[in-house]
Amino acid sequence: MKPKFGIVVFPGSNCDHDAYYVIKKILNYDAVFLWHKDTYIQNCDVIILPGGFSYGDYLRTGAIARFSHIMDSVFNFAEKGGYVFGICNGFQILLEAGLLPGCMLKNKSLQFICKDVYLSVRNKDTVFTKGIENVKTIKVPIAHGDGNYFADKDTLNSLEENNQIVFQYSSKDGESLEAFNTNGSVMNIAGIINKRGNVLGMMPHPERCSSKILGKTDGSLIFNSLAKNIFN
Amino acid sequence: MQELEVTHELALEHGLTDEEFERIIKILGRIPSFTELGIFSVMWSEHCSYKNSIKLLKTLPRSGGRLLVEAGEENAGLVDIGDGLAVAFKIESHNHPSAVEPYQGAATGVGGIMRDIFTMGARPIACLDSLRFGSLDDARTRYLFDGVVRGIGDYGNCLGIPTVAGEVYFDESYQDNPLVNAMSVGLVNTEHVASAIAKGEGNPVMIVGSSTGRDGIHGATFASEEISEKSEAKRPSVQVGDPLTEKLLLEASLEIIKNGWLVGIQDMGAAGISCSTSEMSARGKSGMNINLDKVPLREKGMTAYEIMLSESQERMLCVVKKGFEDKVKEVFEKWDLHCEIIGEVTNDGLLHISYQGAVKAVIPSFELVLGGGAPVYVRETKEPTYIKEIRKFDFKKIPQPKNLAETFKKIFSSPNIVSKKWVFEQYDSTVRTNTIVGPGCDAAVIHIKDTGKALAMKTDCNSRYVYLNPKEGTKIAVAESARNIVCSGGIPLAITNCLNFGNPYKPENYWQFSQAIEGMGEACRFFNTPVTGGNVSFYNESPNAAVYPTPTIGMVGLVEKLANVTTSFFKSHNDLIYVLGEDYEELGGSEYLKVIHNKVAGDCPHLDLQVELNLHETILALIKNKLIESAHDVSEGGIICALAECCIMNEENFIGAEVNIPIRTREDFSLFSESQSRIIISVNETNQKEFESILNKKKQHHALLGKTTNEKFIINNKINLDLKELSEIYYDTIPRIMNA
Repeated sequence: MKPKFGIVVFPGSNCDHDAYYVIKKILNYDAVFLWHKDTYIQNCDVIILPGGFSYGDYLRTGAIARFSHIMDSVFNFAEKGGYVFGICNGFQILLEAGLLPGCMLKNKSLQFICKDVYLSVRNKDTVFTKGIENVKTIKVPIAHGDGNYFADKDTLNSLEENNQIVFQYSSKDGESLEAFNTNGSVMNIAGIINKRGNVLGMMPHPERCSSKILGKTDGSLIFNSLAKNIFN
Repeated sequence: MQELEVTHELALEHGLTDEEFERIIKILGRIPSFTELGIFSVMWSEHCSYKNSIKLLKTLPRSGGRLLVEAGEENAGLVDIGDGLAVAFKIESHNHPSAVEPYQGAATGVGGIMRDIFTMGARPIACLDSLRFGSLDDARTRYLFDGVVRGIGDYGNCLGIPTVAGEVYFDESYQDNPLVNAMSVGLVNTEHVASAIAKGEGNPVMIVGSSTGRDGIHGATFASEEISEKSEAKRPSVQVGDPLTEKLLLEASLEIIKNGWLVGIQDMGAAGISCSTSEMSARGKSGMNINLDKVPLREKGMTAYEIMLSESQERMLCVVKKGFEDKVKEVFEKWDLHCEIIGEVTNDGLLHISYQGAVKAVIPSFELVLGGGAPVYVRETKEPTYIKEIRKFDFKKIPQPKNLAETFKKIFSSPNIVSKKWVFEQYDSTVRTNTIVGPGCDAAVIHIKDTGKALAMKTDCNSRYVYLNPKEGTKIAVAESARNIVCSGGIPLAITNCLNFGNPYKPENYWQFSQAIEGMGEACRFFNTPVTGGNVSFYNESPNAAVYPTPTIGMVGLVEKLANVTTSFFKSHNDLIYVLGEDYEELGGSEYLKVIHNKVAGDCPHLDLQVELNLHETILALIKNKLIESAHDVSEGGIICALAECCIMNEENFIGAEVNIPIRTREDFSLFSESQSRIIISVNETNQKEFESILNKKKQHHALLGKTTNEKFIINNKINLDLKELSEIYYDTIPRIMNA
């Protein structure tokens, strides 16, 4: 069965078309755009909150987007076990919306950072990551100014206990060390999942490394994993 | 409200000359109203009218090649790239605003150039930036540098257009007057090209996008003066950017253009409503009736003068086909943007402005614009006396360096040579998922989706060369950008230019300008790369002197097959290293002379256009036959710096090199010479024979220098350095200075 991805378009989303292109044109799954003023989610199997600067992020990143009409439907969808995937600004929105715990601070350098990073996959038992096999790490670009993940001790303990830390910044060989954590995230966290395992947020951009033409394909492992595993 | 009475003094305060004020009175047959004076003063400012440059600009090759739209006809030129697609690209300066308010100055520079591209119906696919600052030792320079980079980053990143290439230079000549030149490249389906024209009596005129405030009033006039101590007080002339609104405006504009509901559209940059209304109507030989009461305003109590001159950002003027107003409004409402009918097109050729029940201005639109009634001057030229002085410099008297390795390291650590990673990592270079080769290589390469093609793009100018020899130096700027395009596997298509010079009323500055134009024309004709358009920025002066004359070239090339994409860095061990092109031990204007001997003197390196073109053809033939692993041009710092870059430019895979650079007369001369038309190539041994046979067939001068190795950078058995040490110099120098 071909899964259907719904990509939400907020005012200021700018990775919406990138996600659409990868899913539809490169990986050959179904994809539709979901307008922020709508509430109907068109029978999608996965909802993607894409990267960008929703509402300009002039307040806190993601702080306004969470109040969009479409977010009510995203809440309901997630509540019923639907799969929600927040990438970069999408992750920030999930945090503001309370669908994932913790918050996002400015990068420790106080600068926007765009570069390729290596991620170790701490939890390969999620629908998002089951397909990432036989590799120590995946190489994925980051591009953000506010990617410094923070949570209090209790939250971090709970994330650890429930195996919710999915991606960590690491060396090429998978060592998760401070030196490879460019934004200052606590515990080198690059991506987390909710307890139920249906809502994932990550700062790096898998949609930017899913094409042979760009010479980077690790991101497609995540989209393919989703496509393969959500119906199981 | 009573308007100020217009006097001769008031006209002069507006930057008009006696002669120009007389001319306005003659055109109108009366003394202009205050609003009219404001409109004339901005429209006839250097920035809008090109009054001191247009005559010379017209000598540049502005057609031919694959050009679809000629320079000056629209907001930007258009180049055909096949598959029903065309490229629109343009570069523009935002020097003066950035000198007093670096963050907003640079940000709105990016915003302005993006609008020039998407008003043509083209979707911007990449942004490039050419930046010049004073010495990095200076705290104010670091403040300007940091602010400009943040401004470009925050605006472009939010907009979702990747910033993929550019250049950054530091030199004392830019101490109080930095140069911020932003270039945008867009793609358009040739069927959906929009025009900046107003015609058809009764067609509604709409203002869309942001509301109009008091920001940026007289920005164009400010840009037409020298920077001085008083400039700080002009901070309110700098506009404030709103990239979210720009992003929405981009999407909405492309949507209405694609649907064919428009007659024309033009962005509002310099001189705001004045410029867009007059230029669009003049282009269509029509007029406009505009009612300023309908313009959405940010604050109460704004006068007609202020509304006409406001440079509030993120606004467009649209002329809509009658009957489609509601459709257009619907699209703008969807994107939560203002969209108001403020008037209509007329047939009388008059720009008719009313506000609060009174007529505020009635001016023939033709009289306001470039190519119409705007004044045209050719200024007096005089060769500056410094030229003869610096040419006398005797290179033989330069002392030989005692320690060659230390000398090399010092040059290699010059902020002009080291990696600009500190800059480009603050820019989103990968959004839109087309970036095949991003910042840091010779040219950026951007894939054109759903085709097997890509675009190569680059900005270039060594202004020290232009200072020493404006004509030859400008030729080199064109040649070097073409060389960079070719090294990436692209065929040079066309250029855009950003001409940053001093006050044109000083004959020495105008001489530099006219010489530069001559050189540019000659090189562009030779390479068949016409000029699609660009921008002139005069008055780049600080109390001390004019900046180095800086005609920045932005070039776009076509990579016909993705397999042709080539990068600058070495790929593996045991490849052969060649240099194509000949050294003449030329040190005039070199980084060596400046960094080690603290001199900018001599003549710039000579350039033989035929030799250069032959080099380009050779490289493209080699690439097509898959015979080379890498190609990197020799530029600032000479052959030794180029080789070092080839070793460490790929941060994930450092490659060593052991080479012997032929010495002509002196080691320091040959190693650091900046002779033109040279490229470092690496070749797999199995391809050597075929490679050399092509070189011989093309009669291309070349020399085998040595081999790539596992480790170490070894030059003529005299310099022996660890790659780690090289990379620390290359990557850590600017962060160390900026984080200190």
